[in-house]
Amino acid sequence: MSLSRSVAPLAAGAASRRSHSGRLQAWLPKLVLAPSIAISLLFVYGFMLWTFILSLTNSRMLPSYEFVGFAQYARLMANDRWWVASTNLVVFGGLFVAICLALGLLLAILLDQRIRQEGALRTIYLYPMALSFIVTGVVWKWLLNPGLGIQAMVRSWGFENFRFDWLVNPDTAVYTLVIAAVWQASGFVMALFLAGLRGIDDSILKAAQLDGASLPRIYWRVVIPCLRPVVFSAVMILSHIAIKSFDLVVALTGGGPGYASDLPATFMYAHAFTRAQIGLGSASAMLMLGGVLAILIPYLYSELRNRRHG
Amino acid sequence: MDNVIRRRTLGARLGRAMLYAVLLLAALFYLLPLAVMLITSVKPLAEISPGTLLSLPREPTLAPWAKAWGEACTGMRCEGVGVYFFNSIAIVVPAVLISTIIGALNGYALTKWRFKGSELVFALMLFGCFIPFQVVLLPMAQTLGWLGLSSSRAGLVLVHVVFGIAFTTLFFRNFYVAVPTELVSAAKLDGAGFFRIFWRILLPVSAPIIVVSVIWQFTQIWNDFLFGVAFSAHNTQPVTVALNNLVNTSTGVREYNVDMAAAMIAALPTLIVYVLAGKYFVRGLTAGSVKG
Repeated sequence: MSLSRSVAPLAAGAASRRSHSGRLQAWLPKLVLAPSIAISLLFVYGFMLWTFILSLTNSRMLPSYEFVGFAQYARLMANDRWWVASTNLVVFGGLFVAICLALGLLLAILLDQRIRQEGALRTIYLYPMALSFIVTGVVWKWLLNPGLGIQAMVRSWGFENFRFDWLVNPDTAVYTLVIAAVWQASGFVMALFLAGLRGIDDSILKAAQLDGASLPRIYWRVVIPCLRPVVFSAVMILSHIAIKSFDLVVALTGGGPGYASDLPATFMYAHAFTRAQIGLGSASAMLMLGGVLAILIPYLYSELRNRRHG
Repeated sequence: MDNVIRRRTLGARLGRAMLYAVLLLAALFYLLPLAVMLITSVKPLAEISPGTLLSLPREPTLAPWAKAWGEACTGMRCEGVGVYFFNSIAIVVPAVLISTIIGALNGYALTKWRFKGSELVFALMLFGCFIPFQVVLLPMAQTLGWLGLSSSRAGLVLVHVVFGIAFTTLFFRNFYVAVPTELVSAAKLDGAGFFRIFWRILLPVSAPIIVVSVIWQFTQIWNDFLFGVAFSAHNTQPVTVALNNLVNTSTGVREYNVDMAAAMIAALPTLIVYVLAGKYFVRGLTAGSVKG
């Protein structure tokens, strides 16, 4: 009785000492995560809120906190250049995503036919993704320059009337962005599809073959439906690249001629940093965020639902 | 195999030839810009005229490279892109190392020391991968000013670390999720602490994901233009910004060969990494897209 009484405090002491270091151990992971959480709260969420607040003010050269409600958004809606930029994004984004998917899928299917040198071809298709969009823009600007680039080359072959002056034509400049962006990103989509194709169970294909289905039919009816999730994530990544496209426009067209090939990202930068229109620039940034969320939320929703079901 | 051989009729052979033709044509499309860039960069200016896009240089010269590196004008200054190349290195190296270390620790804490709300923390941080950076530019500019880091390389390192850890955390978290927890639990029972377990158990198996993270961050930060142009001054600009300035500097004759040489200089580091470690590069790209 007395022994146990004298042992008890000792044991309690040891336990408390252990729980002391145990408590530290329990806190350590949170402590390690804390700076990142703080950074994320401040630099991502806080800054988003800050930009939103700026978009409600009449800030011009410097941030001011005179609130004007949603006047900047109204100005944006009435701004011709913003509409050009938004329309361009729809045209550019739509074509960019569609062509990348088509080209990527085609190349992946062709590469999946037991090709010799498959590895080398894959490397060639994918390397542009390692380049900066600035480099891509500089190179394509040179190729698309009517005086010295592709147009001049084809003309020198004897096709005197050949015209490929999209870069300097306000109606077509936006399509040059599509060409360069497809060049850069389609190999990546090919890699995604190829991984998807390799993941398809062979027995499904064998069964379809035994049924006497032709190869194109097997692809159309069996294989491509299996690739739905890949299509989904590719669309997601590509549209994300499209909305963020800034460097490519700066390097390839400079938004021009005039502002014919502006995108929201260049509109935002021009107004916030060079035209002393911080309020308007912030409003355009918020709309860009809205665009990203409009793509992201349905995607995350379906992802979560799939995971719960599967 | 029999099947394959029996089907080798004329039609099948023709189809096969078509297949290779299409694949090679595609390869040409992807290679053409690089080839033109390289050819043009070693041509004397006199050989650049309409219609010579694909002609090989008659008198190949490295002078355009030398000029692009050391003398070409980028805006008001004429010291080439060399100094900016080193700016990029000075920004990329610390930013890649710091963001990778933080990402590794985050990924480890989020998977092997789960706590109530750890999934929420991950989701919270993951969102940073998706925002368009335009939405943080203005507050970041002001914050860098307050920190006294405006237009400095340190400021750019900070920005790249801050917006890189969402990606590195994602990489390491998804990698460590697949590492068996039994070893970690056993070590915990033996009284090993947080850092000891990381050092002894997780780190030794982390080589592939470290490579993926380093390559991804390296490519992202080296190729960055938006932060570089928004948060740097003439003496702290990364090479992408200098390249853009060089190409858009209009003094006298346009020296396309120098432009192309400068573009090659800016492209080489990431190209080399891609050629040496393409497998990991692709893994980073797909991991960046495959969500937690």
